[in-house]
Amino acid sequence: MSDKQGYMKALKCRECGREYPLTATHVCEFDFGPLEVAYDYERIRKSLSREAICSRPQTMWRYHELLPVAGEPTVGRQVGYTPLVKADRLAKRLGIRELRVKNDAVNYPTLSFKDRVVSVALSRSVELGFKTVACASTGNLANSVAANAAAAGLDAYVFIPSDLEQGKIVNSLVYGANVIGIKGHYDEVNRLCAEIAGKYGWAFVNVNMRPYYAEGSKSMGFEIVEQLGWRIPEHTIIPMASGSLLTKVHKAYQEFIKIGLMGEAKWKMHGAQATGCSPISAAQKAGLDFFKPVKPNTIAKSLAIGTPADGFYALKVMKETGGHSDDVTDDEIREGIRILAEDEGIFAETAGGVTVGVAKKLIASGRIAADSSAVLCITGNGLKTIEAMTGHVGQTRDIRPSLREFEALLAQDKPQLVKG
Amino acid sequence: MIQISIPPTLRRFCGDQENVAVAPGTVASAIEQLHDRFNGIRDRLLDPQGNVRGSVLVFVNQEDIRFLQNQQTPLSPGDVVSIIPAFAGG
Repeated sequence: MSDKQGYMKALKCRECGREYPLTATHVCEFDFGPLEVAYDYERIRKSLSREAICSRPQTMWRYHELLPVAGEPTVGRQVGYTPLVKADRLAKRLGIRELRVKNDAVNYPTLSFKDRVVSVALSRSVELGFKTVACASTGNLANSVAANAAAAGLDAYVFIPSDLEQGKIVNSLVYGANVIGIKGHYDEVNRLCAEIAGKYGWAFVNVNMRPYYAEGSKSMGFEIVEQLGWRIPEHTIIPMASGSLLTKVHKAYQEFIKIGLMGEAKWKMHGAQATGCSPISAAQKAGLDFFKPVKPNTIAKSLAIGTPADGFYALKVMKETGGHSDDVTDDEIREGIRILAEDEGIFAETAGGVTVGVAKKLIASGRIAADSSAVLCITGNGLKTIEAMTGHVGQTRDIRPSLREFEALLAQDKPQLVKG
Repeated sequence: MIQISIPPTLRRFCGDQENVAVAPGTVASAIEQLHDRFNGIRDRLLDPQGNVRGSVLVFVNQEDIRFLQNQQTPLSPGDVVSIIPAFAGG
């Protein structure tokens, strides 16, 4: 692996194909198209085999050649390889033959898939010589940048909408990061950050470091394939904010085929949104290849991006693979969270409720066939969005420390259990 | 006058200026005025059909022009136009 580039060749415009050096830059000067990392797949093919992968530690870095960090990663070396849970009880409830949950609610260290993208972005930032890192965030990214920057000794500035869930705010502050609350939507936070990134020259993980950052999401797809026993699932259901994760998991499947780890296969990518912020799913359902921006109003704040940067590309992937999209109301999101918890013992954040809710709809409508297999991508932990479920999951019933009071209570609920 | 905030990516095509002043009118006329002064800018912002590229966001006084009247959005003295790349997730 060369010191400066690793297996990367250049940054390449997704629209016009112009190439740029592997620096901290994210848009094409000619048409504003997003830049993506181009790899030397021939070299990767020679280095990365199933055997090589299986011999490495169980982290996302076992696929290092396909991640845009030139040398050994320096930030987030333990991230990834989260459980792929066989979800038989939920499968039965939803009416599908085989269902698995990719559980990034327990990703290390900040309990969301963002640790994947951040470990790549910060490792690359260190390689490029940055000392200050930053992000515009709906919460999970802020947590991950704050934690991983702290562990790496980097100075961190995180910018979030000021009305975020308390759990996500405390989860950024505790690491000593500079947390700036912006009175506005994520879209407005991001607009400000684009201006700050230009002026201050920091490594903004999802602005000027975005080509590297976004690639980290592929590791979720690599792991799904490996954990399924080197098989690409027929259906993958993914929550969409900017739409990036859906496109990157799809790219992961393609890359495994491209470098010869898998034979040709067919799969469908499905996207999930909240009805209160559904520019991509609305476009998909209307058969459009462009979306109309919206002003978000949903409890799924981690998905509340009204002008999704990768919306166009997510629509393209769903169309090409024959996938579908749908959206769910706040009540359906809460129901999704509840049934995932009750059936599988997994407490997901609101985005997870969106994914489960949309999977339920797509299976019920036959868009995902009952006799098929699917993977649900759960991207964050429910402990971070407690507010969304507070008052919707019943309440504790307090009694004195008395057997008589307990049995009185049990007699109300399940009299057959009371022993005389 | 109208102030146009130039994104870092485009500054080297705009004489390294962070802000450029143009006469009132509409967003379309502001882009034309920018193009008159810095040849080639229009094609970076607009697609061959003349629409603002999907990867470009234009704001007038912090509001996305797609919520206003797109390129026909009127611009009055004191208005601020910001041009920035589309947002990534967070």
